[in-house]
Amino acid sequence: MAHSAINVFLEGNNISRIIGGLWTSVWIAAVSLVLGLALGTILGVLRTLPNKVIRFVLRLYLEFFRIVPTIVLLYLAYYILPRTFHVNWPASWMAVLAFTLWVAAEFSDIVRGAIESVPKSQRESGLALGLNKMQLFRYVLLPQAAKLELPATINLATRVIKTTSLLMMISIMDVVAVGQQIIEANNQQYPNAVFWVYGLIFILYFIIDYPLSAWSKRLTAKHSR
Amino acid sequence: MKKNKSRNIIIGIVVVVIIAVFAFFGIKGSSSNNSNSSGSNSNSNSSTVTAIKKRGVLRVAVFGDLPPYGWVNANGKRVGYDVNLARQMAKDMGVKVKFVQVNANNRVDTLNSDKADIILANFTVTPKRKDVVDYAKPYMKVSVGVVSPKKAPITKASQLKGKSLIVTKGTTAENYFTKQKNVNLLKFDSKTQQFNAIKNKRAAALADDNSYLYAWVKRNPKYTVGIKSIGPKQYVSPAVKKGNKSLLNWANKEITKLNSKGFFTMDYDQELKPYFGKEVKSSDIVLKQGK
Repeated sequence: MAHSAINVFLEGNNISRIIGGLWTSVWIAAVSLVLGLALGTILGVLRTLPNKVIRFVLRLYLEFFRIVPTIVLLYLAYYILPRTFHVNWPASWMAVLAFTLWVAAEFSDIVRGAIESVPKSQRESGLALGLNKMQLFRYVLLPQAAKLELPATINLATRVIKTTSLLMMISIMDVVAVGQQIIEANNQQYPNAVFWVYGLIFILYFIIDYPLSAWSKRLTAKHSR
Repeated sequence: MKKNKSRNIIIGIVVVVIIAVFAFFGIKGSSSNNSNSSGSNSNSNSSTVTAIKKRGVLRVAVFGDLPPYGWVNANGKRVGYDVNLARQMAKDMGVKVKFVQVNANNRVDTLNSDKADIILANFTVTPKRKDVVDYAKPYMKVSVGVVSPKKAPITKASQLKGKSLIVTKGTTAENYFTKQKNVNLLKFDSKTQQFNAIKNKRAAALADDNSYLYAWVKRNPKYTVGIKSIGPKQYVSPAVKKGNKSLLNWANKEITKLNSKGFFTMDYDQELKPYFGKEVKSSDIVLKQGK
């Protein structure tokens, strides 16, 4: 009797709905990561330039997105933007916008740190070869920085995936929201469904996040050797 | 090092100031919007009847986790008493329906930020809420009910004198019985706790919204809703953005039309009846039907 609640997954198409919800979480995380990493690279390079104004503005941007909790960013994008500036996109693209800006901010700091820790002799040799600024970044600094920033980037990716569980707060049908629908719909028949549904969601997040975090750990170990 | 530290402090202060400025303009901007829209109707353009018909989609805010009013069944289909009404409204307007799932506490924001045209999410009319949204005609009534064991039923308020009564904090039931003298209230934080308390015979009876109690006694046949309705009646209505006259008028006409067709009795029989016990009649929930 106590374990019969596992049957909740066999009812109707509950399983495929949970997987569908998971897909929503994954694609929002993936699109935000791709856009955020691209934008973050540009901002990170800009932050290594000597211009004080650019550096100051970008620093403000970084601190803003690092300090403000993600849930507040999501609320800003979903409720305040449409009301104040009449920007009205579907909820999932609002989430992509908020996540992209957040990822870009965090990644710009990773890129800046990595570029600055490329040995000075590399930059000087590049300049001595007659490379211009663009070529210097393109062929010398960014490829070497990429190796250094990889573990931190993977770590950021796992954080973004985990944070998608907040999406239900802005009416997006992510995996947690679908799980809650199923729990409430089956409350009478399966009072223990809550344990099984959240258990499955835990396993699903784990399956996605664990390989990434293991990869990052291996890279870090390799790097420190 | 010293220079760095003071620079960090300055940056910190500037960030805080910028956030404060943003927050201020955010609030100011939204409040001025509200006054605009209630005055000239300029900001709710996307939710007027013409705009909805042009778009071909009526966006309705509903609950996704409150059976039997608004929930999702095992096939992934949205069903329930409120959802049925939403589908009927869209059908009568000649447009498709799109559901936006909301929680109790973001219903008003969803409307104000133009995420939905109308709320059909068990939204009880209260004076405070009337300040922020416009309510159409009611389509359901709720009031406080009292549940007691069948062996020692309580059918009149006078029977409660000197006895103890279980309520949940923050409900209309608590409000109402706090004003009544000679009743000892036992207050709990959650529905689960209060129902466990009456099962453990901690009090003579329990008071809550009658619609919850009907569903509960169906599962717990040793109890009965002895007092079906006590205190002031409350109504559940569709709500639209403040100042959206066009959709408000349309919704009022629609509810009148559905009432005369007896739609809500049908809706009750289909969605609510299976969840409530036999002792509940559709007239306990549904307003007067027919002409």
